[in-house]
Amino acid sequence: MAVQDGRRTAKPFMMTAVGVDMKHIADWALNTAAVRGATYAEARVVDERSRALGTKNGKIGTAGESESMGVGIRVIADGAWGFSATEELTKEGVERCAAEAVAIAKASAKVKSQELRLVPEKAAKVDWTSPCRIDPFTTRMDENLELLTRIDATLRAVEGVTLAETNLNFRRYEQWFYNTDGSEIHQTRTVTGAGYAAYAFAGTELQKRSFPNSFGGQWQNKGYELIEELKLLENAQRIGEECVALLKAPQCPEGRFDIILDSSQLGLQIHESIGHPIELDRVLGYEANFAGTSFLTLEKLNRLRYGSELVNVVADATEAHGPGLGTFAYDDEGVEAQCVPIITRGEFTGYLSSRDTAAMIGRERSGGNMRAESWNRVPIVRMTNISILPGEKPLSPEELIAGTDDGIYMETNRSWSIDDKRYNFQFGCEAGYEIKGGKLGRMVKNPSYSGITTEFWNSMEAICSREHWTLWGTPNCGKGQPQQVMGTGHGASPARFKQVSVGSAYKGK
Amino acid sequence: MLNKERAYELFERARKFSSADDVEVLIGGGKSALTRFANNTIHQNVADENYDISVRVQFGGKTARASTNKFDDESLRRTVRAAESLAKVQEEDADLLPMYAPEGEPASDVMLPQRRFAETAAIGPAERADAVAKMVDVARRLNLNSAGVYAVNDAADGIFNSRGVARWHEQTLAEVSVTMTAGNSSGWQKANAPDARELQPAMLAEIAAKKAVESANPREMAAGKYTVILEPAAVLDLVGFAFWDFGGLALLDQRSFLNNRFGKQVFGENITIRDDAYHPLQAGAAFDAEGVTRQKVELVRNGVVKDLVYARGTAERVRKSEYAAQLGTVKPTGHGFALPNEMGEAPLNIVFELAEGVEAKTVDQMVSETERGILVTRLWYIREVDPYEKMLTGMTRDGTFLVENGKVKGGVLNFRFNESALHMLSNVVSFGEPVRASGEESFDMVVPAMKVQEFNFTEVTRF
Repeated sequence: MAVQDGRRTAKPFMMTAVGVDMKHIADWALNTAAVRGATYAEARVVDERSRALGTKNGKIGTAGESESMGVGIRVIADGAWGFSATEELTKEGVERCAAEAVAIAKASAKVKSQELRLVPEKAAKVDWTSPCRIDPFTTRMDENLELLTRIDATLRAVEGVTLAETNLNFRRYEQWFYNTDGSEIHQTRTVTGAGYAAYAFAGTELQKRSFPNSFGGQWQNKGYELIEELKLLENAQRIGEECVALLKAPQCPEGRFDIILDSSQLGLQIHESIGHPIELDRVLGYEANFAGTSFLTLEKLNRLRYGSELVNVVADATEAHGPGLGTFAYDDEGVEAQCVPIITRGEFTGYLSSRDTAAMIGRERSGGNMRAESWNRVPIVRMTNISILPGEKPLSPEELIAGTDDGIYMETNRSWSIDDKRYNFQFGCEAGYEIKGGKLGRMVKNPSYSGITTEFWNSMEAICSREHWTLWGTPNCGKGQPQQVMGTGHGASPARFKQVSVGSAYKGK
Repeated sequence: MLNKERAYELFERARKFSSADDVEVLIGGGKSALTRFANNTIHQNVADENYDISVRVQFGGKTARASTNKFDDESLRRTVRAAESLAKVQEEDADLLPMYAPEGEPASDVMLPQRRFAETAAIGPAERADAVAKMVDVARRLNLNSAGVYAVNDAADGIFNSRGVARWHEQTLAEVSVTMTAGNSSGWQKANAPDARELQPAMLAEIAAKKAVESANPREMAAGKYTVILEPAAVLDLVGFAFWDFGGLALLDQRSFLNNRFGKQVFGENITIRDDAYHPLQAGAAFDAEGVTRQKVELVRNGVVKDLVYARGTAERVRKSEYAAQLGTVKPTGHGFALPNEMGEAPLNIVFELAEGVEAKTVDQMVSETERGILVTRLWYIREVDPYEKMLTGMTRDGTFLVENGKVKGGVLNFRFNESALHMLSNVVSFGEPVRASGEESFDMVVPAMKVQEFNFTEVTRF
């Protein structure tokens, strides 16, 4: 099996793939754009490959491999943006694409109320590869399928489980970035993800339990070593049993309770109620028609008490943060990965930004948050790894529960929804447990909670320490028009929130 | 653009590289362009052209697929090899049918209304900018802020297999969406059509602007159960979640809300729904991802679920299952997804019909007949809370109004709802004329505005 170490080199490179010289593609694109009148241009060539395997009730559900390659060319002409992408990597195809990008930019300039300016970024010549110990594409597919089949069978062996689903996904994403500032950045990321779910249907009720997370499991910038770490098969019987137990569990009570969220649910809470509202393009109104805007208007920066003193959140794309889906060396407009403090001891301190949005609010540098789904999509402001830092004092989940007199512990997301300014949210979880007198009690089904973002984060009164912190991967974040799906990272450890509204999803039923 | 002849030639090349019993090729792609504006400025303007070839191979009861956007021999050979490698390592699936072999020449393609328009395909960045300028002009005139898109797609999809399937579909789709924002209010409109000439960007902008102006300074209303008037986009975004359960495989998997409900009164007697790819307001191809011709299927009549849709393999399994007796005649309906897959099939050309004796009303008429209620333009971030009761949560957005004594009385702060689609479709008291509508949470459909009683709002947000 191939082994790759994370590496970053500063030497210039000349890459080739499928017989095409990337530097030539870049020259064709950037020269044509300049000749046609572009004042800035960048070319991103992407070569990606993915494999998806899955089972459902003992049969193959997914068995597919895909590859895609092309170039996306983004330019500024007449003070406006244009973008065009093509799969045709010939000189003629690339030059036609670059000319179209310039024509599009000039059309954009016809409807303009704001001036476009980019904050400067030093040109970089870098070659970076994400750490990957076991190349997943070299693992044996029969063994991959055997693992999934055994998990599937273990789930269905539990009496009452009516449906079992598993998935295993690999992706390699290789990108060559060039711009007219002189950057030449080559990055390769390997992503692995896996998970499974059991369903139990009886009478008028359908319950679900997933591992290690719902909606695809756990995903990281890693190789097959992630699968070995997850202990998937070892947890399958427990998950099946918990799923069936939910059918007989009492309904989660309605009212105000102290709640403890497991780290995966807290990761999604961060994603929705911190990650999205801090996107500067939303704040500035660019997503008003689709993904929405944000309650975090500009005057709130460094003035808003977002959460309690214990809430420290960063947007960290650097390798030091871990192998998150938001880890890279440079973003997709050539800005170096950074760690931006978002919430510092409860105070709102930072946005996610790009070279143009940073300029609009008077910043000197972009936060390095521009990401594109692939070669045929334009980079937009995106989450990287948006993580809550663990508690500084040692605190285990058991101690967290022991310190809770009357509450509910909730695990693994089942539903999520938040308004278009990111104020009012409602989350449902797969399983809940009552906490009485510091002890975990009986299981409850259909747990849900809701609230207003800032009130919720200000109610956080305890968070577990580093050894209980997990960097979760969300592979399916949708944003932009045309919509783009992006992977984001969210580090979290279990935390407790005081007097949160529980069960409103079932109010009036 | 890729055409059918060139696509067939790609299929033939891929087939020659394979040693499988059967080979199927899906070919799709095209040109797409989208001009995006906000703050009365075009801030994003994109175009791309891409085609993918997806090869499925089958060895007895084993199948897998692989895809590429590179069409040289080496890439096609590599893609076929990848699919074959994935298929060969599998266990045999006794339920996997041989690939579809059509009998005779399919006639259904000619029944489809024209869905590709050369004038729409020819729209370029200058024309898109002109359309955007018309919408921005409305905003500037009324001192509002506009955001939205003008998009054009020119796409082709085909399927070919070694048993004689050769189907091809070409379609254009133009789309306009616009949001107008004022100080503390907003309004929204969206429309799409295969023929761009049917779209009226300036008119949509005027309606969105009117909503923004009239919902200014929204008041807070208590959460609770209200009579609501849902505009078509709000209806489709809600009810769309139900249709993924109208496939035979969902029933076999026991993940459908129709388990134990098939043939029963599930919705109100005034609800009749069919799936009809041939409807003049619908879009899409006349065949599914195995090449089977789409049938018109009556899903619900007078609130009773009458039929489901079936992929070939699902139909075969259902006929041998415990559900066979209750489901009646089961045959492939041409709604299958690309194999292998987990979902089986779903009806995605939904058409709501007005039941016999039901008179269509305009939204204004519904308002005039409402003593107290909420008028909803659009819903947002809808997710399933309870899959069997089809209880959904989400928010109102971009134009939520109080209706009192037959009149719109200004905007209200947006609500969170927790409402069952079953409950909702059992409490409809008025319908609009079904129109082609488009939202953001579900697929496009032909659906009317609806006035619904006892709609469950559980919380209120801050704007």
